[in-house]
Amino acid sequence: MLTQYDIEEVQQHCNNAFSQQEILSLYDRFCQLDRNGGGFISAEEFLSVPEFAVNPLSQRLLRMLDGLNFKEFVAFLSAFSPRATLQQKIEFIFKVYDSDCNGKVTFNDMLDVLHDLTGQFISEQQREQVLTQVLEEAGYTKDSLLVMSDFVKILGSSGLKMEVEVPVD
Amino acid sequence: MSGSGGKLSSSSSELDLDRPNIEDYLPSGSSIHEPRGKLRLCDLLDISPTLTEAAGAIVDDSFTRCFKSNPPEPWNWNVYLFPLWCFGVAVRYLILFPARVIVLIIGWIIFLSSFIPVHFLLKGHDKLRKKMERVLVELICSFFVASWTGVVKYHGPRPSIRPKQKHPGWVGLLQSTILESVGCIWFNRSEAKDREIVTKKLREHVQGVDNNPLLIFPEGTCVNNQYSVMFKKGAFELGCTVCPVAIKYNKIFVDAFLNSRKQSFTMHLLQLMTSWAVVCDVWYLEPQNLKPVETPIEFAERVRDIISVRAGLKKVPWDGYLKYSRPSPKHRERKQQSFAECVLQRLEEK
Repeated sequence: MLTQYDIEEVQQHCNNAFSQQEILSLYDRFCQLDRNGGGFISAEEFLSVPEFAVNPLSQRLLRMLDGLNFKEFVAFLSAFSPRATLQQKIEFIFKVYDSDCNGKVTFNDMLDVLHDLTGQFISEQQREQVLTQVLEEAGYTKDSLLVMSDFVKILGSSGLKMEVEVPVD
Repeated sequence: MSGSGGKLSSSSSELDLDRPNIEDYLPSGSSIHEPRGKLRLCDLLDISPTLTEAAGAIVDDSFTRCFKSNPPEPWNWNVYLFPLWCFGVAVRYLILFPARVIVLIIGWIIFLSSFIPVHFLLKGHDKLRKKMERVLVELICSFFVASWTGVVKYHGPRPSIRPKQKHPGWVGLLQSTILESVGCIWFNRSEAKDREIVTKKLREHVQGVDNNPLLIFPEGTCVNNQYSVMFKKGAFELGCTVCPVAIKYNKIFVDAFLNSRKQSFTMHLLQLMTSWAVVCDVWYLEPQNLKPVETPIEFAERVRDIISVRAGLKKVPWDGYLKYSRPSPKHRERKQQSFAECVLQRLEEK
């Protein structure tokens, strides 16, 4: 059970992205998904949600969600709160791309994500072609290493919308 | 387009045609799917729609909601109601429960002492034996229902009853010996081959003239009576008339939902026997037939619609068996395909 102290700690950790009521709901959800009560949600338990399992980026997200306790789980979801800033949302997207967490996104990183999203329906060659073309049009090259500020420049004006609503009883 | 391994692809494409469109039910709102001029870098890098869907599923999803037991609001929290509740507990555990156990024991004694002789002595007179066995089974069922005080209110003209799943343990023993006598059809839900055998048996039974009507629970798993999951199409491809029956439990008295993840059947039974009553409404709805333009899946969906409306259930597009297995890769592939087509299309535009 969550004490008031726990709730405040979680709230602080996620930079007040969620209200106390929302944190309580998320805790209920966390406990519901963590069926064996291990204190974290395993990949199997996430994949038991069919809507999550059919998502093309589920494997990538599972790597980020692996072994998170409740506090970290809420911090993970904070990018999706309506109170999160655009900067925070773009940071989250950057982290999804930057799988080796070195602060730089390579051509191959972007190719991998594109592969997840398109599956077998575009050939590897076509993917490279498309990516190279749009990169060059935006002023980058195949060998460019994109950092956070590049992402902000690219995505900052695209009217990004990335929000989920936490159901509160 | 590259194909997958020979033998499997034909059966999976068949399933493809049959399945109703999940996208109709699921929340979408991905802006990437609306072609808007030339493809730019920000369009490729912006994975926010897909991420939003994933996060939405993590926070809440319609499938898990189907199997959530909703505990009733505690009402015994003030100084006047609490003693009343204690009194209620005493009555339920010390009076009702023992009385019910006694009723059940008496019922079993009567049943077994009649059934066993009938089963062996009337070996030669099959028709009479079957008739008597059926009467006895109905008797023990009434005792069983009485043991948790089932109060059922019927609506509508009654047609007339059963395949059931094999439960492990003592319930299984019961089922295999006694209920087989009334012609129940058994199946093991994890055995794929079993499906063909069951379909054949169902068809034989339905076409046999003086067989009982078949009672089927097409969801394939226990759901919490607020949602309905997709129906298995097996019963709807037999080419016979379907009489839909809608059941709605009144949860004020007890929640009859067997949450098989949380409770075993025995524990659930004990819970029912120490409650006041199990109250439900049963509606017999107008019999339906397969319309000439419908596929069996559409027929199943139509009947599910009729039942859900009557019993106030929300429909969800999920297969109940997803409780035990993963969704097929088809759904993900469909998303990938639509995104890929969009990218290629926008690439062409100037």
